[in-house]
Amino acid sequence: MLKTIILPLDNNTVKELRAGDQVRITGTLYTARDAAHKRMAEALKKGQELPFDIKNQVIYYVGPTPAKPGQVIGSAGPTTSSRMDAYTPKLLELGLKGMIGKGYRNNQVKQAIRDYRAVYFAAVGGSAALIAKTIKKVEVVAYEDLGTEAIRKMEVQDFPAIVINDMYGGDYYQEGVDRYRKLGV
Amino acid sequence: MRKITYQEVVDCVATLCQEANYNLGEDVFKAFETALRTEESPVGKDVLQQLVDNANVAAAEHVPMCQDTGTAVFMVEVGQDCHIVGGILSEAINEGVRKGYGEGYLRSSIVGDPLKRQNTGDNTPAVIHTELVEGDQITIHMTAKGGGAENMSDMKMLKPSDGLEGIKNYILDIVKVAGPNACPPLVVGVGIGGNFERCAFLAKKSLFRPIGERNPDKTIANLEEELMGQINRLGIGPQGLGGSTTALDVKIEAEACHIATLPVAVNLNCHASRHQVAIL
Repeated sequence: MLKTIILPLDNNTVKELRAGDQVRITGTLYTARDAAHKRMAEALKKGQELPFDIKNQVIYYVGPTPAKPGQVIGSAGPTTSSRMDAYTPKLLELGLKGMIGKGYRNNQVKQAIRDYRAVYFAAVGGSAALIAKTIKKVEVVAYEDLGTEAIRKMEVQDFPAIVINDMYGGDYYQEGVDRYRKLGV
Repeated sequence: MRKITYQEVVDCVATLCQEANYNLGEDVFKAFETALRTEESPVGKDVLQQLVDNANVAAAEHVPMCQDTGTAVFMVEVGQDCHIVGGILSEAINEGVRKGYGEGYLRSSIVGDPLKRQNTGDNTPAVIHTELVEGDQITIHMTAKGGGAENMSDMKMLKPSDGLEGIKNYILDIVKVAGPNACPPLVVGVGIGGNFERCAFLAKKSLFRPIGERNPDKTIANLEEELMGQINRLGIGPQGLGGSTTALDVKIEAEACHIATLPVAVNLNCHASRHQVAIL
């Protein structure tokens, strides 16, 4: 069964989500990947503000291809989340409520997801042409010089994802593999 | 001596870059179809269907199937009875990449310096391997290699005493550690033997062989099939969400090595196994 999620997130929505839930996400989110996270971390270190109000927001780890004429955005699938792990607990502490990417999170991030009542979703990596169709509006809001790695504000409609890590410690990567494993892992 | 112009190389490379990113190969489509029949997990089946749908949209609309349009990697066989007029081969390839990625709205994913990390803005430089061969033609093999799967690749200098069991266990370990990160279902490329740098090259080279095509050496071919079976019993499944399709194929290339060594390299490729070839 599909759950519909409206962004920005709130505690009531997050507490209903469980690892393995397939969801469709609608609303406004922000994109950031390696270079943007590094800059945000540097800004925080200097005591500066983040380039957007992160409270209750969702960050999508993506570096899209350039839009062709007539397109809102180019292909835009998730990138590997673990490269952002070093920066993520701090952002969760500041109010970030959700992340969309692909692949494992480390233990610190999983703990922070529990501590700050957040959620980690995966989208299907390599499904970038299809996912782009759920992105309705895009605006660069910071670090434009980073090109594909700039921070973008996106409006999405029925963006397909699955809950991997929920606020209760559920981990769908672990559950899924345990179910189908026939050889010692 | 046969002449091939610089511009012919540029145009050929530009086309290869775009085709690789827009059109998923027949071999991958076929592997998806087989996997859709055999996959045990309903979620895994959904993922595979999404990947087929995605590839169809990409081909129909001439857009990249994945936003990571990759490092442009070339393996070029240059016939020693031809020569390129009007410029140098490596420059022609890089100009082709610039043109193909720029005009094709593909992503620039290369930083010019690994420490300063400034994007070069045109996806150059490409990684180019050249080999002199017989004849008067140039064969250009191109792959758009994604960073996610490359990041989960690995190499190890095993001991000769580790033997076949050691090799198999090491390969399985790398696939396990990669889990969802390398975007399964994977194509697992393996190099065995050679020396330190040659082994990694062999792993990459193996990925250029189409899915379903076995190594002509019977022993190696059997090892490919055995590993394929074992990897698909790990339970990782499409996108690591659990299932029976973790690898679409396993490719192994083996070569002579030193009496003291047993190098093994594992170059993982995501399901977007994007390969093109052209002959000039």
